[in-house]
Amino acid sequence: MINAKRRVVLKGSLSAGAVGVAISSGLLTPQAVLADWPAAAFTAKTVDDGLKDLLGTTKLETSDKIKVKAPDIAENGAVVPVTVEADMDGIQSISIIAAANPTPVIASFDLGPEAVGFVSTRIKMAKTAKVIAVVKARDKLYSAAREVKVTIGGCGG
Amino acid sequence: MANTIRIRARVKDGVTEVKSLISHPMDTGLVKDKKTGEVIPAHFIKEVVCKWKDKTVMTAYWSGGVSRNPYIAFKFKGASKGDKVELSWKDNKGESDSTTATIE
Repeated sequence: MINAKRRVVLKGSLSAGAVGVAISSGLLTPQAVLADWPAAAFTAKTVDDGLKDLLGTTKLETSDKIKVKAPDIAENGAVVPVTVEADMDGIQSISIIAAANPTPVIASFDLGPEAVGFVSTRIKMAKTAKVIAVVKARDKLYSAAREVKVTIGGCGG
Repeated sequence: MANTIRIRARVKDGVTEVKSLISHPMDTGLVKDKKTGEVIPAHFIKEVVCKWKDKTVMTAYWSGGVSRNPYIAFKFKGASKGDKVELSWKDNKGESDSTTATIE
């Protein structure tokens, strides 16, 4: 057990070292390094507040280059598979929002320059609502949405 | 907290797809235990990071809105068969895990 902990500490210090090297060699922009868990966005109670906290604006351009794949009807709101594909260059992040959840902003994926515009995960949905995908590419925000009918809500209660 | 991560990475036509399943309760902190009536404390993964050759390919920031035992998949370019990818997660209680997979 003690050994396992030591290993974690060692790993932690090693990776911190790697980040330091990456900054000094200019591989990472300071912004990418400073990016942190968006606490305000994840506790925001409305889509607009969540968007403002996460991305600084609620102005999104609807794009048909973004595809949101999700079931039309989700029998179990606790597990709703969502895949977002974006056919764009310079994608910086993909965020997933369930409009009617108590805290709508669910996840945000920061993508490195090597990444392709594709993320897939499974989310909880409280009730029937739009699943909104927001893609940040070349510092512009694009969105697409898809309505998912939820038969049994997945936020317990 | 060992072995909470199952991962598979495959390269096809220059694009590597990483698929992973993580064992984690993902409690939001908003749900009451039906038997005791007490709120189940928040316990969820906040951050998942994937590295390839010291580059951060993907960082996922999560709330408790991601389903229990989360699934995550993403794709990136440039890697070859035999390269290693490292996936790690951290949760709101400070627990963490990481694993390394070889790209098939």
